Amino acid sequence: MTARHVLVVGAGPAGLAAARSALAAGAEVVLVDSAEEMGGQYHRVPPAAFGAAHPERLQHHWAPFTRLRRELRAHPRCTWWPETAVWALEPRDPGEQGPPRVHLLHGPADGSGRTRHVLAPDALVLAPGAHDRVLPFPGWELPGVFTAGAAQALAKGERIAVGERVLVAGSGPFLLPVAGSLLEAGAGVRAVLEANPARTLARGWGSRPWQLAAHLGKTGELRDYAGQLLRHRVPYRTGRAVVEARGTGRVEEVVTARLRPDWSVVPGSSRTLAVDALCVSHGFSPQLELPVAAGCALLPSPAGEFVRVDGEQRTSAEGVWAAGEITGIAGAPAARAEGALAGWYAAGGDRTARALPRLHQVRDQGRDFAARLARAHPIGAAWPGWLRPDTLVCRCEETDYAALCAAAREESGAAARTARLATRAGLGPCQARICGPTVGELRARLRGSAPDARDAEGLAAPSSHRRPLAQPLRLGELARAPAPPPPGHRADGGPGSVPPRDPGPELPDDPAP
Amino acid sequence: MTARLVPAADDATGRRERPLRITVDGEALDGFAGQSIAGVLLAAGRLAWRRGPSGAPRGVFCGIGVCFDCLVRVNGEPDVRACRRRARDGDTVLTQSRAGGGEEAGDEGASGSSAALPAPAEEDNSDTEDGV
Amino acid sequence: MCGTRSPVARAVVVGAGIVGAACARELARAGCAVTLVDRGGAASGTTAHGEGNILLSDKSPGPELELARLSRALWPPVLAEIAGSTPRGAALVRAVEWEPKGGLVVATTEAGAAGLARFAAGQRAAAVRCEPLDPAQTAAAEPFLTRAHRAVLHYPEDAQVQPAAAATALLADARAAGARLRTGCEVLGARTRGGRLTALHTTAGLLEADLFVNAAGPWAGSVAARLGAPVDVRPRRGDVLVTTPQPPTVFHKVYDADYVGAVGSDDSGLQTSAVVESTRAGSLLLGSSRRRVGFDDRLRPEVLAAIAAKAIRLFPALAAVPVMRAYGGFRPYVPDHLPVIGADPRLAGLWHAGGHEGAGIGLSLGTARLLRALILGTPAPLDPEPFRVDRPAVLGTAGPARDGAGAPGHGSSPEHPQHPGGTAQSATPAERKEGP
Repeated sequence: MTARHVLVVGAGPAGLAAARSALAAGAEVVLVDSAEEMGGQYHRVPPAAFGAAHPERLQHHWAPFTRLRRELRAHPRCTWWPETAVWALEPRDPGEQGPPRVHLLHGPADGSGRTRHVLAPDALVLAPGAHDRVLPFPGWELPGVFTAGAAQALAKGERIAVGERVLVAGSGPFLLPVAGSLLEAGAGVRAVLEANPARTLARGWGSRPWQLAAHLGKTGELRDYAGQLLRHRVPYRTGRAVVEARGTGRVEEVVTARLRPDWSVVPGSSRTLAVDALCVSHGFSPQLELPVAAGCALLPSPAGEFVRVDGEQRTSAEGVWAAGEITGIAGAPAARAEGALAGWYAAGGDRTARALPRLHQVRDQGRDFAARLARAHPIGAAWPGWLRPDTLVCRCEETDYAALCAAAREESGAAARTARLATRAGLGPCQARICGPTVGELRARLRGSAPDARDAEGLAAPSSHRRPLAQPLRLGELARAPAPPPPGHRADGGPGSVPPRDPGPELPDDPAP
Repeated sequence: MTARLVPAADDATGRRERPLRITVDGEALDGFAGQSIAGVLLAAGRLAWRRGPSGAPRGVFCGIGVCFDCLVRVNGEPDVRACRRRARDGDTVLTQSRAGGGEEAGDEGASGSSAALPAPAEEDNSDTEDGV
Repeated sequence: MCGTRSPVARAVVVGAGIVGAACARELARAGCAVTLVDRGGAASGTTAHGEGNILLSDKSPGPELELARLSRALWPPVLAEIAGSTPRGAALVRAVEWEPKGGLVVATTEAGAAGLARFAAGQRAAAVRCEPLDPAQTAAAEPFLTRAHRAVLHYPEDAQVQPAAAATALLADARAAGARLRTGCEVLGARTRGGRLTALHTTAGLLEADLFVNAAGPWAGSVAARLGAPVDVRPRRGDVLVTTPQPPTVFHKVYDADYVGAVGSDDSGLQTSAVVESTRAGSLLLGSSRRRVGFDDRLRPEVLAAIAAKAIRLFPALAAVPVMRAYGGFRPYVPDHLPVIGADPRLAGLWHAGGHEGAGIGLSLGTARLLRALILGTPAPLDPEPFRVDRPAVLGTAGPARDGAGAPGHGSSPEHPQHPGGTAQSATPAERKEGP
C-alpha cells in the first residue's frame, strides 16, 4: 500500500495528537507551525536559547508533552517544520480530488527571505487553535492593556511579568492559569474578576462539574490555581468587570463595575483601581481563516461560529479534518482526543481500532465540557452598554463606535462589505482578527435582524473570518517561485511517489495525558 | 511600575543568559538570546513603541501575532511583529507610526536617515528588455 | 418617457452598483419615480471589488474614449453638486476620495516604448492630454519607480475614486431626488403584455413600471436571460493585492505598457499587467489580472504571484512590502469589449446599461447621462450607435466565443488598433481597462 500524506497545521495539543495518530495509522506526516517550538499556546515553553534547566516548572503535563515531542521529532515518517506559516489554501479544481493545496512560507516570522512551498497532501488536518476574544471598552487600546493570553505568553515564553499591580478580568476559567503564570513570574495580581455572576457559573457548569473535570484531567490543574490564588491572597470576584481603562499614554487605573447576569452595569457600583497592567479575556475566537479558505462549513453557536465536524472530525470540505479549538472551546484534553481521532481518520486508519471507543468517549466528554463552559461563561448581551461614542472598536483603523452606528444607519450601508469600506473597521493590518466578531455583532444589533441579503453568484458571503491571505507575506516572497517540497512529499497533487510502508504501530491508547 | 524581566538568578526555570544588543531608533538596548524584540523592549521598560493613526501609543496587546499592534521595522523590513520575531545581536529596529497616513518608521537616531523605501539605483537594469 | 408622460413614469433599475446608482440618479432627477433593486446590498458586487479607476490613458480613439471623456468631465461637477447639496452630501463626497492624480504609463522595453509612442500619437490626435516624461521628470514624479524604463507617459486627466463610496454618494443623491432602494430583491422573471415588459417578478413580489434598466454588471446576462432577452455579458475575473499601509511611495496611477503574458500561449486565459496605486489610507493596490473562468471565486496563488512580480518590476522597493489582503471580482465584459447602452429591440420597456468590463466606475456617469437622453428622447451627449444592444457581440450571434482558453474575438482584431505593448503577444486595447 502507499502511505497517505497527511499535513497537520498547528502543533498545539490537537495537532501533536493528530500527527502521532496519523503516524500510528501508517501515514507520511508533515507537521507545521508558525512557532519555533512544538506545543502551541498551551505548552508554551521558553525558547531553546534560554537554556532553561527546568522548563517543566512552568507546565502541567510536561513529561508526556516532551515524550511526544521527542517521538515526533525522531519519527522517520514525520517531517516537522517549525516557523512555517500557511498563507493560502487553494481549493482543487472541480473534478479534482483531495483537500486544498497548501501554500507555506518557511522562515523567521515576518521575514523577507522566507521560502515558499506548496504541498498537495492526501488529507489535511487543521488545528490552528484560538486566540483571546476581547470586547472593546473605553481605553482598551492603552499600552499596558494586554490580552490574558499575552500576559501568559510573556510570562512563560519571555519570562516577563507585565506589571506589579495587575488586574486580570473578563470571563472564563482561563483567567486562573493566567493569574497563576503572572504570580509565578513575580507579578502582583490585585484581583481576578469574572464578569458572570456566581449564579450563572453554577447553572452553567451544572451538576457535579468536578466529575467532568476529573474525566478531562482538569481537577489537579484547577486545584493548583485556586491554591496559588489563595496563597497570594488574590481575590477572585464574580459579577464584576472592567468597564474602562484610563491613563495618559498607558493604563494607570481601571474602572470596574458590578454586572447583572446580562452584563448590564449596576448603577453606582463602579470603583476605580490603580493598576500598571490589565489582562483581559472574554473568551476565545477560533482561528477560522484556514477552514473558511478550505471551504469548511461553520456551525453557529451561542459562543460564536466553529467548524462543523462529524463524529470522525471530518469537515464538510473534502479531505479536510479539524481538531481543537476551531471546533469548539473545550480545553487541551478534549483537543488531544479530537486530534487523535482526526489524525487517525485522515490517515485512513482502521475504524475497528481498539483505542477508538475510548477516544470517542473523551472527545464527547470534551463536547459536553465545551457546552457547559459556554453556558457558564457566556458574553452577556448588554455589554455594549459600556461603549461610548468615541470608544475604539477597530484598533487598527481606530474606528469608533459612533462611526459604526452612523454606517449602520445608512441605507446604502446595508451590505457588510460596503459598510466595511466606509468605516474601515477590519481593513487594517490585523484584518479583522481582533474586531471582526465584535463588528459583526454590533452591526447585527444596530441594523436589527435584517440580513445582508443574498450574495451574488461567485462572490463569497462576507464573513469576518474570510482572509484568503491567511498570513501577510512580502511581495518579494510572493513573487518568487515555490521551492520543492521536502523529500518524499509532492506539490502537484498527482499520485504519490512514496514507497509502500508497513502499517505503523497501533493507535496510542493514552491520548489524554 | 511596569513590565519587568524575571531576574535570571530568581528564575525557577534555571535560565541562562547569552547577551545580545540591538538598537531601537538608534538607542542601544541589551537583551539576551531567545528573547523576542518585544521581549527586549518590555524588559528595557518600554511599554509602547508604535503609534496608531491618531498618534496614540501602542505596544504589545495580544502577544501571539494576531493583533499587529506591535509592528516594528527590523533591518529595513517594515511591519515585523515584534512579539514573534526573535531578536538577533546587531538588529537595527525602527519604531513605526501610522500617524502620517501610511505606516512610517521613526528616525534612526543620529544618522537621521529617512526610513522610507530605498529609491531604486540608477543602474537598476537587471530585468529589462526581455523581461517577458 | 420620464417627464414626457403623465403621470410620472415609473422606472425600475436592476443593480445597485455604481452604474445602477448613476442611472437611478439621472432618472430620478429627470422626474421618474425610480425604484432601484439589488439582489444583495448596494454597491457590494463589482463596485466593491475594483480599484476605482477613472481613466482616459488606456482608451484608444473610438467610442469608448468618447464615453470616458464625457464621464471624466462629469465627475467633478457631479461631486461638487452632491457636496453642495447638504452637509451629509458633503460628508459622502469626502468619502469618495476623488483624486485627479494622473496616470503614468511605463514601458520597460524598446518594443513597448515604440508601441506606446504609436498609441499615444493616436490619443493625442483625439485630444487626450498625454505628455512624455524624461528620466529626470519621471524620477521627480515617481521617485521609487524603476529607472529601467524606456518610455514614460503622463496622463494628467486620469483620476481615482473609492468606488463603493462613489456609488454610495450617487445613491444618496438619487434617493434625495426621490429614488427608492430595495436590497435583497432578486429578479426572477418578466411579465409582458403585447411584447412589452410591464413588471418584474422578484423575490419581493411583483414590481410594475413603465421602463426597466438592466444594470446588473457581470450578472446582467443572467438578469436578461430571466427576462427572456439574453445578452452576452460575461464575467471576467480580476484579482487585486492590498499592501499594509505604507509611507507615500506611489503618487500616480502607474501601470505597465508592456503587456506580457499568456495570450495565445496559456490556455488558462490568464493575463496580468502591473497596475500600482496608493489609497488615502496608505495601502497600495496592486493589479491586475484577467481570467475567463466564469464565476469562479477561488484564490489562485500563482495569479497573485504574477501580479506581485510585475508590480516589483515597476517598483523594485515594493519587494519588502507586505501584502495583507487579496480580493477578486468579476468585470462584466462583452466579447467586443464595448459597453451596452440603450433599448432592447426585442422587448419594449427594457433598457441595458452595462458591459463596461473594468471601466465601469469611470464610465458610470456618462453612461447614465446617455441613457437618460435615450429614454427621454432628448439630444444624446455622444453618438449612441456603437453601444446599441442589437449588435452581434451582444446578442450572442458573433461566433462561438465562450469563456475559456483562446476564445475567438480575443487578441488583436481589425476593429482594435494596435495597443501600446505593440507586440504580437499584446492584448487588445480593450484588455487594458483596469480594475477587476
